Amino acid sequence: MKIVKVLDAKGLACPMPIVKTKKAINEIDSGEVLEIHTTDKGAKNDLAAWAKSGGHELLKHEEVDNILKFWIKKG
Amino acid sequence: MTEKKKTTIVLFSGDYDKAMAAYIIANGAAAYDHEVTIFHTFWGLNALRKNEHVPVKKGFMEKMFGKMMPRGADKMGLSKMNFAGFGPKMIKDIMKKHNAMPLPQLIEMAQEQDVKLVACTMTMDLLGLKQEELLESIEYAGVAAYLGDAEEGNVNLFI
Repeated sequence: MKIVKVLDAKGLACPMPIVKTKKAINEIDSGEVLEIHTTDKGAKNDLAAWAKSGGHELLKHEEVDNILKFWIKKG
Repeated sequence: MTEKKKTTIVLFSGDYDKAMAAYIIANGAAAYDHEVTIFHTFWGLNALRKNEHVPVKKGFMEKMFGKMMPRGADKMGLSKMNFAGFGPKMIKDIMKKHNAMPLPQLIEMAQEQDVKLVACTMTMDLLGLKQEELLESIEYAGVAAYLGDAEEGNVNLFI
C-alpha cells in the first residue's frame, strides 16, 4: 500500500471530513492511497458511500482510541 | 469520469437551522463532485444578505421589509425554539463545542467549492432586496433557469 498523504480530520464535524477528503484526493494520483483520521462517527458510512460513488476504493478502516482511520485508493 | 451529476436545492426558508441543512447538503454534494446549485427564494434570500447596512434607494415598504428581515446568515432565527433570539445563541455555543461549522462559514465553503448560488429576482423585488445588498459573485435568475438545472438533476430538494 502506497500511502502518499495523511489527512487529519480529527474533531471536525459533518460535512468537513468529506469536504477535506475530496480536496486531499484531488491532490494525489490514481492508484495512490490516502490515509484519513477522523473522530466523526458517521465517517464510516460517509466515506464508504463517497468512495464508491467516486470510483475510489476503500481498502480498509480501523478504530483506535476513538480515532477512525481509513485508507482510500484513488480510482 | 463521465458527465458530472447535478444537485439542485431550493432554499425557501429563512431559518438558520434549515439553511444550515441546505448548505451542509450542498457542500457534501460538491465533495461528491456534483455540480451544485442553490436557488434562494423568499426568506432564503436573507442567507445571501451582507451583514452590513448598504445604502440603497428604497420605498417605504421595502425599507420596512429590509429592517424586519435578518441581515445576513448569522442573524437568522431558528425554526424551533428560537426564544426571541436566545435559541440561536445557545445553538451556536453548542455548535462551537462540537466543532460544527457555523452557517456563514458553510456559505463561504460552498462558494470555495464552486457551488452556484442563485438569487430569485422576482422575490428580491417583492422583499425589496437589491443586488448591492447581497453577497458578491452570486447569480440572478428566475424559475426557468432553476428548472434548466433541475431537469438534468439527480438530487433535488426544497428546503
